[in-house]
Amino acid sequence: MTTAALQARGIAKRFGALTALSDINLHVDPGEVLGLIGDNGAGKSTLIKILCGYHQPDAGQIVVAGQEVTLRSVDHARSLGIDTVYQDLALINELSVYHNMFLNRELVRWPLLNNRAMKRRAERHLKDMGVNLPDVGVEVAKLSGGQRQAIAVARSVYSDAKVLLLDEPLAAMGAKEGTMILDVIRDLKRRGDVSVIIIAHNYAQVLDVCDRVNLLQHGRITFDKRAADTSLEELTDLVVADYRRRR
Amino acid sequence: MADTAERTAEEAPPRAPRRVLDAFLRRREASVLLVALALMVYFRASSDVFLSRDNLVNIAQATAPTAIVAVGIVLLLVSGEIDLSVGIVAAFAPFLLHFAIDYYGVPVLLALVLALALAAFIGLVNGFIVTQLHVPSFVVTLGTFFAVQGLLLITSHAYPVPIPEPVQGTFQTWIGAGPWASITWAVVIVAVFHVVLTRTRWGLHTISVGGNPVGATEAGIRASRIKIGNFMITSALGGLVGIMEAARINTIDPNIGGGTTLTFYAISAAVIGGTALAGGSGTIVGALLGALVLATLQNGFNLIGYSANTIYLILGLAILASMIANQYLSRLRRAGKS
Repeated sequence: MTTAALQARGIAKRFGALTALSDINLHVDPGEVLGLIGDNGAGKSTLIKILCGYHQPDAGQIVVAGQEVTLRSVDHARSLGIDTVYQDLALINELSVYHNMFLNRELVRWPLLNNRAMKRRAERHLKDMGVNLPDVGVEVAKLSGGQRQAIAVARSVYSDAKVLLLDEPLAAMGAKEGTMILDVIRDLKRRGDVSVIIIAHNYAQVLDVCDRVNLLQHGRITFDKRAADTSLEELTDLVVADYRRRR
Repeated sequence: MADTAERTAEEAPPRAPRRVLDAFLRRREASVLLVALALMVYFRASSDVFLSRDNLVNIAQATAPTAIVAVGIVLLLVSGEIDLSVGIVAAFAPFLLHFAIDYYGVPVLLALVLALALAAFIGLVNGFIVTQLHVPSFVVTLGTFFAVQGLLLITSHAYPVPIPEPVQGTFQTWIGAGPWASITWAVVIVAVFHVVLTRTRWGLHTISVGGNPVGATEAGIRASRIKIGNFMITSALGGLVGIMEAARINTIDPNIGGGTTLTFYAISAAVIGGTALAGGSGTIVGALLGALVLATLQNGFNLIGYSANTIYLILGLAILASMIANQYLSRLRRAGKS
């Protein structure tokens, strides 16, 4: 058996009286794309925020490439090769595209920012990814929802992460931009050295791009199958059946 | 960057002079610079002595303290905070200098460093309570304002003291008593912090923390460190201004040279200069120009012969008018860019 790139064992998280996650066991292998689905409020975003070091779990272990770790902060997780695209994108409206691309890992010619180098690299990288922007110097506030999402994804892909966590990267996307993001994920898959955990609501897209699918319900993983072994109908039935039961 | 957007938007590029004018008008500092120049033209026309050397020194000496404190205020406003205590820190700092030199025999330069460090410590306390105990900075600094005022009045017995002897002479001239000393300090500090805000990681993170607090934290930026740092910078600058003013007035007086007036002027200068109270954007050069506008207004109306009482009314209306104009202009700017 291969060593998982990232593994969660028995992760639990409470916010006051609310139990967000009760016992999460999940793993993603090197080069694998794992789809994480589940209802709104099932705890998907909380789980992502634990895996990226933003929240600390109340119980359970996180194992990165076979090593058990305590993720102290987002920076710490990043240094271990875990990078995240948050649902809210974590873009700073007041800053330019290229400053956002390099947020908190700016290129510096001490004591000043090396704006020219950041600009050049951002331009090249976005072009490689097929993101069309007239000017990387423009403030992010002036871009469309899809463009903003593309930049957030591009930023994480560019970071040379080993594990990418994507929290609903397709949510604000038009058809064209959505396809672009899916293409980026396929590219990563072809490269084979980056693992991806992707949260999405569109099951067809999940099955299309993911190797394996996990379903998160009531703070637990209740379903774990290879994408090839399941179907749109099965996933829909599972979620709908749960909804009926709860009613 | 506005240039390329403009070129793609329009078929034929406008002629060069118009482009330069456009680029200028789109800078945030443009409106306040125009206001400052208009005021100067107006007062020059109304009073012959307005541009005399002595009066220019007056304006410079009135501009400098406000501008220096406004530098800190801009950093704080951009990172989404405010400091109401900085003026009283300014009043306290020269006493710290006096205690260190006259009671403990500390050498002048070391005493200066100590006084500024203690001022910065008050900023550290402000920042700590704001970021770690999650109390809004408006309330925290209101509290420290009164607390420091109490400390100041207790330790000074509310009596002024003369400038310590070792400070007199070269040091006093150099730090604030010389006619152009304070404005030189102000220009240097403004230049340095303009670069810090626009060209360094610290500045970028200051903007990020104020513009999108959650996003900045998600990106791994340590918001608390940035904010505490900016509180410390503001308090230290306040302390420096207090010492400069004491040197200029040639006495250390607990009742002048600080307090709410300095704080309010600095906030006004920052806001007139184009810094948003909402966080995420601001300009330090604008704050210097804002301080210049305030000083010019006060000085000019004095020369024309308005009474000191009228000046406050005019000042208030001028702040409101310039803010409304700024709001309108920035909307125009935004419309022009997109």
